[in-house]
Amino acid sequence: MKITLNGTPRTVTATTLADLLGECDISGRVATAVNETFVPATMRASHTLNPGDRIEILAPMQGG
Amino acid sequence: MRPFYDTPLANPLMLGTAQYPSPAILARAFRESGAAVATVSLRREGAGGAGQSFWQMIRDLKVQVLPNTAGCHTVKEAVTTAHMAREVFDTPWIKLELIGHTDSLQPDVFQLVEAARILTEDGFQVFPYTTEDLIVAEHLLAAGCEVLMPWGAPIGSGRGLTNEYALRAMRAAFPDTPLVVDAGIGLPSHAARAMELGFDAVLLNTAVARAGDPVAMACAMMQATKAGQLAHQADPIEPRDMALASTPVIGKAFLT
Repeated sequence: MKITLNGTPRTVTATTLADLLGECDISGRVATAVNETFVPATMRASHTLNPGDRIEILAPMQGG
Repeated sequence: MRPFYDTPLANPLMLGTAQYPSPAILARAFRESGAAVATVSLRREGAGGAGQSFWQMIRDLKVQVLPNTAGCHTVKEAVTTAHMAREVFDTPWIKLELIGHTDSLQPDVFQLVEAARILTEDGFQVFPYTTEDLIVAEHLLAAGCEVLMPWGAPIGSGRGLTNEYALRAMRAAFPDTPLVVDAGIGLPSHAARAMELGFDAVLLNTAVARAGDPVAMACAMMQATKAGQLAHQADPIEPRDMALASTPVIGKAFLT
């Protein structure tokens, strides 16, 4: 299905948010949001993706 | 120094982690200055997991981490970012930034109060980046904030304390609230002045990270904050208009 991941259109096979992280080889400390709503790590496995979803995967970064 | 949400800090320097020439210089600036708090952010994870190596380096510094909501312009955006930061950094602390003006990066204090209320009700310990407005400060405290962080000058401007009168008034108005000058510090003398006014800490980034020698500047900022803090505790004299001889007159020889 087609989604937007961190602002970039992508076609993925994953059907849940947890699977998407695996498919994109993303691990470690990240936080996720789908369609501008925070999805806690504990909810990723049960969070089903839908075509057109806008997904943000954020990681620690430098800040002031 | 007043504790921050029951957490006492070893010293009054809160240091940002952005804009350093290299991660190694960033780490040295923290290690050699001994800054007590590191501000951090969240951004999109890039290829190769750059965020993970950054996080490991920050963890190794063993400092208190203060995540921010930098760049947020709406309550929803800031609240969502705060939730994501709490999960990633495993802390209830959040430096709440709600930017209202593109050029000055002045906080939108109306949205700031609303977001602060939402977050404190959800268990966050909010460090609001605000202006020196006393009424806004009262609303932030009523919203549950136990720390106030007025700006000294616009972020990154290095102009120092542009409204010292207002900062002094804020210190007087809220004698029991931990106060931090956040943003605008350019020189150690600015940081020392904030501490002389009785502030509890200063938060700065650009003045250190963009200095020619960030490590030396971080150490200078630390010395300045400690000197200003000690000076405040030492109860400085009041300025006066006329001279007051410090050397005793009695016993002076008659030599004219």
